[in-house]
Amino acid sequence: MKSIVALNVNGDRQQVAVPEHWTLLETLRYGLGLTGSKQGCDKGDCGACTVLLDGEAVLSCITPVWEAEGRDVTTVEGLAEPGRLNELQAAFAETGGAQCGFCTPGILMSAWGLLLRSPSPSRDEIKEALGGNLCRCTGYTKIYEAVELAATVGPTARRRVPPTLPLSPCSGRRGRGEDEA
Amino acid sequence: MRPEDLRPRQAAGAASEEELREALAREFAVVGSRARRVDGAAKLTGRALYTDDLAPPGLLHARILRSPHAHARILAIDASAALALEGVKAVVTGRDMPVRYGIIPWTRDEYPLALDKARYIGDAVAAVAAVDEDTADAALRLIRVEYQPLPPVLDPREAADPPEGAVPVHEPAKPGRNGNVTKHVHLEFGDVDAKLAESDVVVEGEYYFEGSTHTPIEPHCAIGWYDATGKLTVWSATQVPHYLHRELARVLDLDVARVRVVQPVVGGAFGGKSEPFDLEFCVAKLAMLTGRPVKILYTREEVFYAHRGRHPMLTSHKLGADREGHILAVDARNLLDGGAYASFGLVTAYYSGQLLTAPYRFGSYRFDATRVYTNKPACGPKRGHGSVQPRFAFEVQLDKLAERLGLDPIELRRRNFMADAPRTINELRVQSNGFLQCLDAVERASGWKERFRKLPWGRGLGVAGSCYISGTNYPIYPNDMPQSAAQIQVERSGRVTVFVGASEIGQGSDTVPAMIVAEELGVPLDYVRVLSADTDLVPVDLGAYSSRETFMMGNAVLDAARTLRDLVATTLAGAWSIPTDRVALCGGWALDVASPETRIPISEAFNLAEAKHGSLGATGSYNTPKDVHGSYRGGTIGASPAYSFTAHVAEVEVEAETGVVRVGKIWVAHDCGRALNPVLVEGQMEGSAYMGFGEALMEAMTYKDADHGKAGLHNGPSLLDYRIPTSLDTPEICSLIVESVDPEGPYGAKEAGEGPLHPSIPAIANAIFDAVGVRIDRIPFDPPRVWRALQDPGARARWQGCRASPPEVAAAAD
Repeated sequence: MKSIVALNVNGDRQQVAVPEHWTLLETLRYGLGLTGSKQGCDKGDCGACTVLLDGEAVLSCITPVWEAEGRDVTTVEGLAEPGRLNELQAAFAETGGAQCGFCTPGILMSAWGLLLRSPSPSRDEIKEALGGNLCRCTGYTKIYEAVELAATVGPTARRRVPPTLPLSPCSGRRGRGEDEA
Repeated sequence: MRPEDLRPRQAAGAASEEELREALAREFAVVGSRARRVDGAAKLTGRALYTDDLAPPGLLHARILRSPHAHARILAIDASAALALEGVKAVVTGRDMPVRYGIIPWTRDEYPLALDKARYIGDAVAAVAAVDEDTADAALRLIRVEYQPLPPVLDPREAADPPEGAVPVHEPAKPGRNGNVTKHVHLEFGDVDAKLAESDVVVEGEYYFEGSTHTPIEPHCAIGWYDATGKLTVWSATQVPHYLHRELARVLDLDVARVRVVQPVVGGAFGGKSEPFDLEFCVAKLAMLTGRPVKILYTREEVFYAHRGRHPMLTSHKLGADREGHILAVDARNLLDGGAYASFGLVTAYYSGQLLTAPYRFGSYRFDATRVYTNKPACGPKRGHGSVQPRFAFEVQLDKLAERLGLDPIELRRRNFMADAPRTINELRVQSNGFLQCLDAVERASGWKERFRKLPWGRGLGVAGSCYISGTNYPIYPNDMPQSAAQIQVERSGRVTVFVGASEIGQGSDTVPAMIVAEELGVPLDYVRVLSADTDLVPVDLGAYSSRETFMMGNAVLDAARTLRDLVATTLAGAWSIPTDRVALCGGWALDVASPETRIPISEAFNLAEAKHGSLGATGSYNTPKDVHGSYRGGTIGASPAYSFTAHVAEVEVEAETGVVRVGKIWVAHDCGRALNPVLVEGQMEGSAYMGFGEALMEAMTYKDADHGKAGLHNGPSLLDYRIPTSLDTPEICSLIVESVDPEGPYGAKEAGEGPLHPSIPAIANAIFDAVGVRIDRIPFDPPRVWRALQDPGARARWQGCRASPPEVAAAAD
């Protein structure tokens, strides 16, 4: 049996029919075609599925989709404006922070979540924030460098994410972005 | 359209006057720059499409039923109930594909689905295609398999010398032989026994290298599609599309010309996707049966059981040296635990000995390697194939020798450097060698001279070196055709497309051809598109294994690009009435180097050449030298066109009360020949050092025996239980590039992807000795093992003894 779930994904109000046991990751990837978020383990061990839920990094592969109902979901596809990279993505391109790129969406979302709450994080804070995101290619060095580089770019551009959204009719929760706007 | 109509658009991408002057003054305009990788934007925005991101219309999902027994005969399979389940479209078993496959043509010993016997827990037995994964899973539970369990062979020593009447993992090729032996190699160079007898010092040691696995973050995934014209297309997360192409056609009895293999973006591989796997055959067969596209995505647990990772290796070494530390004899024995199937095992057995003979000069050398089958997931090639394990043993042996002789271990390595020897003792040809510069770099950067043997109890430094191949001189199946080829097509706007067979797995093999073409044809880097790894569209390349892509594909692209460059330059030389060698293509311009104001946009130059010669395209290829290998049986294995060299220094802290080892920093210096893109090279060095660190301290592919549960069951096939280093575990890594330009590499480049892993493990082992005076000759160096070693009451005295007589550095015997 499928049911309809309503989500605010990257600023879009979406309604999607999903089997009731689906996770947020399955809904994003197979229900909405947003395949940027990756499945590496399907049990919350690797972090490749990390998305922001109301601005907080969560593991979408172990988040039942119903927990996200009416809330703001930001995925890697929603980080930048069309045709552009945001400062974090650009910093990864600059330092070589992505190799195979499979862990990258999750790492970007964890790092973005960090930058939203701590605009100039220390190296230890970055390590802590990425502690749940496994990368098998880079040895992490160029990832830290990318996050630090992004932090040197002013936080003004960052306020726009997560997107400002209206109150959700489903849950009544306020989007975090609205408070900050 | 007239050529001048193109000018404003091209000029926008072209270099300014000043940039052009600077680019012309440099040796290279693009090569050697820290250019962004060409696939970066797609990967950073979530737009890069990996195999599981593809969903052709009408897609079915399939799952594989796997053996719960480590060793069992399959007596019967009844899939009727599964087939009757609503939503199930097809079921296949071993009988549907009764053709053996294997990456090495001489050791084909696997069926896509087990035919008569399952050889490890996880061996594929049947596969179901259904409308969705849940239905396919439910159907698997309805398949009845009648097994006759057999005693499993788990211990490699027992496999090598089985008890009377034991059932071997595989039937022997000839009666009377041990069916558990994949390969035995015995080679001797010089008279080892005599040299050992005349040695002043003989160091003996026994080492155990635990198995480990690749764990790319992307699980294996494949999609098959058999269209109405009878053509099979398989999209797969593979690193060897060409070999997969051949094996699919052979096993499924299809015309190779009617099979297409496409490699979408791959999310990491490290050797773990370098041969065909059960899922690729299953999606192909199920697609042929159902007429619909079929996908299989491994679970993480299946990735662990698919394995093909590092062989557990039991190694015993004898090292004979004179009083000055010169290596007179190395006598090595390796027992490799291969798991259930051959994989690359024949080569692994050779590599465990063949790749040890540089960068040091050996007075004599003997190795004996046996690779055996056991009823566990098959081992294969993991980053640094076959040579990481013996390198651990040997570099620790060298450290013990230095300790015995009171020599500085870096000085000992310098004394044994093979400097003036163009050939190693086993006849590998080395044309460029920056090992000494690597040693210098890590010695300087780590503050070695001031700190080695001088740090307080619990802290230490260790050094190790290594060498590795830049591809192999011989392909996996014998043939004389090029190992890599490239095609280049020029569009009238000045945009250039490069078609290569190379496999981008994260290492940057899509970026390297773009940089080479931009360098040779003078177009801006973002005017180059790279199309790779699709057997319908690109020429053959053998794949991303043995660190061959930059070297071989790079040479092929260079060959094609220079052909085109010459054509354009000749055209312009004629138009401008100047000699061809005065024409330069650089920074979006074609110009006369003697008077740089004489220049036109590069697109205009291409248009002139196209008007004169017709459509602008070129092919290029690279083949390896076939006359530079050992002149003995097996001497072709290990022969490479060029060798890379590495040195590490590791700094550790050992907590004596708990046995916890913390690696604070690793300095890694690597001779990669010319660094075509230093960012990519550093990325490989850092990733390698990280992966070696994980093997040294954390990772272990281990299985239960009958006394501790189900024999052959993996101890923790998940990313929670099998611990790979997180950001909180990984040490600081300092990469130091050394460039010894190789005469055969593209612009002098050599490999960087695998070599820099090797010294990680022995450097950490040697640092632990410097810190607390104990030798730990087994990996991983986990707290229980280290703590137990520290219960040795002699540790502290040994630690102090090393400090009482500081190593001799000055008295080099030169």
